[in-house]
Amino acid sequence: MATCGIAAGAKNTFNALEKALKKKGMSDVKVSPVGCIGSCYCEPTIQVNIPGQAPAYYGYVDEAAAGIIVDSHFGEGEVPERNMLEIGFERADQEGSGKKRQKRIALRNCGSVDPQNIMDYIAYRGYEALGKVLEQKDPDSVLEIIKKSGLRGRGGGGYPTGYKWHATALQPAKEKYIICNADEGDPGAFMDRSILEGDPHSVLEAMAIGGYATGANQGIIYIRAEYPLAIERLKIAIAQAKELGLLGENIFGSGFDFSIELRLGAGAFVCGEETALIHSVEGERGEPTKKPPYPSVSGYKEKPTTVNNVETLANVPSIILNGADWFAGIGTEKSKGTKVFALVGKVNRVGLVEVPMGTTLREIIYDIGGGINNDKEFRAVQTGGPSGGVITVEHLDTPIDYDSLKEIGSMMGSGGMIVMDETDCMVNIAKFYLGFTQEESCGKCTPCRIGTKRMYEILDQITKGEGQFEDLEKLERLGNNIKLSALCGLGQTAPNPVLSTMKYFREEYERHVTDHKCDTGSCKGMRTYRIFEDKCIGCRACVKVCPVHCIKMVQKPAHRIDQTMCTKCGACFAVCKYEAIVVE
Amino acid sequence: MERSKLAKVKLPKEKLLELDAYMDSLEDKEGLLIHILHKAQEIFGYLSLEVQLYISKRLGIPAAKVFGIVTFYSFFTQEPRGKHTISMCMGTACFVKGADRILEKICLELGVNPGETSSDGLFTVKDVRCIGACGLAPVAMIDDKVYGHLTEESVKEILDVYRKEEQHENQHAESAV
Repeated sequence: MATCGIAAGAKNTFNALEKALKKKGMSDVKVSPVGCIGSCYCEPTIQVNIPGQAPAYYGYVDEAAAGIIVDSHFGEGEVPERNMLEIGFERADQEGSGKKRQKRIALRNCGSVDPQNIMDYIAYRGYEALGKVLEQKDPDSVLEIIKKSGLRGRGGGGYPTGYKWHATALQPAKEKYIICNADEGDPGAFMDRSILEGDPHSVLEAMAIGGYATGANQGIIYIRAEYPLAIERLKIAIAQAKELGLLGENIFGSGFDFSIELRLGAGAFVCGEETALIHSVEGERGEPTKKPPYPSVSGYKEKPTTVNNVETLANVPSIILNGADWFAGIGTEKSKGTKVFALVGKVNRVGLVEVPMGTTLREIIYDIGGGINNDKEFRAVQTGGPSGGVITVEHLDTPIDYDSLKEIGSMMGSGGMIVMDETDCMVNIAKFYLGFTQEESCGKCTPCRIGTKRMYEILDQITKGEGQFEDLEKLERLGNNIKLSALCGLGQTAPNPVLSTMKYFREEYERHVTDHKCDTGSCKGMRTYRIFEDKCIGCRACVKVCPVHCIKMVQKPAHRIDQTMCTKCGACFAVCKYEAIVVE
Repeated sequence: MERSKLAKVKLPKEKLLELDAYMDSLEDKEGLLIHILHKAQEIFGYLSLEVQLYISKRLGIPAAKVFGIVTFYSFFTQEPRGKHTISMCMGTACFVKGADRILEKICLELGVNPGETSSDGLFTVKDVRCIGACGLAPVAMIDDKVYGHLTEESVKEILDVYRKEEQHENQHAESAV
């Protein structure tokens, strides 16, 4: 029961399941609320576990389906096809046939453990890695394991985690911090939320391990206020871990103290940047500062601080339990392990997928995602959020990892993967991102503050049909200048969606500025709504909905749209039952 | 509400006491300014200039700093909100699935622009960055409740539920009198 599942009606399903089981008198079947299993497209989902049998998954389980499934699974009857699921992933600690495409390390417990019950997590080897580290390893050997595993930051940059920890560990200061970045500002990505809602203890455990390795006794989770359920579950998890002595003083009798507190963000994309994040944790405006000094030398309260993303941390306990070689054996040469992608947009099976690095985009979109919605043509995938770029059809077979994505002008980012089809206009998408970064710019440096605004204005002109050919050159020049001169990662990457779409969809931009046409019809300003006067029967449905009253009767019964007044809202088009209104 | 009218509004005592109690319970007061503002917004509904001045006085920090933080973060608001807040997600997944049309429809239905409150005081419409429920795109949140797979048709249905509820409450209140 994560945010999406609850929105799709999981609470009702939960109650219906309990009721159905009670009716059958099956008191030995326990219904447990778990986190997201990643199959967002068919929420609410349930998983039935019977010892000694492979788990069974069901999707679209509304109240009615809950009763049917209870009957069929524990007795007679057949499950409707719609509810049968084939998800196909293997957990990190269960070796499968290798045929299945997903492999879950960071999400290993999501959908299996009850996030509000620490005993569930412990039953899945929870806190065993922390115990192992505190009892058998010195901090240096922990650093060595993480370095050897090849784990890189999953928040975007891809910096090797072990080396980041090492840099903090080297500092002689007594007071050090480890911060978990749970700000997840990237629009279109929700893996951090899912991990925190579905398996909060794995993050707490990893922070304690990181604290031990780097010499920090205090952990801080910086989390978005927009994630109320994740905040609630973290609070419960911290309290439970404290009660069992897994956080707090003298953990496992090792003499190591570690505590974790929560700090709420308040909505600012730039706070995902580590120096800005630290200022926000300090209660200041989340403005970035120039590096060096790096946070590992002078971070929170000017003390050495490690900042790690949620997904990065979620990998750590598995690495300790299964060994560095096991982790390094998964993925590609320079990108080890798996990556969680939020596969969303115009794809049939939207959801969270975790695959080994090096899986191709085609496998993710077609094999796991089930292809494009409504049999439309694939156009592009936007990865890396506002810092990334688009991947086109010619790169569908590129094995994706940190470096290959960079080579084709995009980036891993936090792993948002927005699939777009033939009806999506690339200029409009670029404008959308620029609108976002422009609004989220902290305003501290000029290239970002003014540069992104100017870029947005140019794009706005183009999408309105008022662009000139010279605008394209201006956009490119401005974009490249901002990349070179902005202060922080936000500004340096802000032009990427524009530059990358310009690179791959140049002709589309040109069509916008020379012919003033948007072929997909997405650019509202270039649309023209027209009434076929011989099809119009004069029902006045369009007249009633037109917010600007620009539709008038010209010749009984036909109506006409006054183009000079039309705001292109499309309301008339939506209500016309006689196909008398067309978009051009 | 106009500024001049706003200035005359006295902060209710019991709410101030609640905020005081929260501030007193914190050790690192200045470092937790953002938390204090979250709490204040929860108590008062919005961060009026009075509330900001009060907090700055209590913490002994310049009002400009408090103001600087309130205006920096999009979660904080200085304007009173309607009874329900509609947060329309404008993340990329929602955008490609037509979130802009849904937002337009909501605004049209309520006669407001994004950021404004409907004249009956029932709804405030906000466009927000991703709320992380991309699987259900396009998505909006009304207060804490998430509504997914929105269509232009479903907007009115959803709003009507809240409107009916309000009507019901009003009738109830009247009959009680």
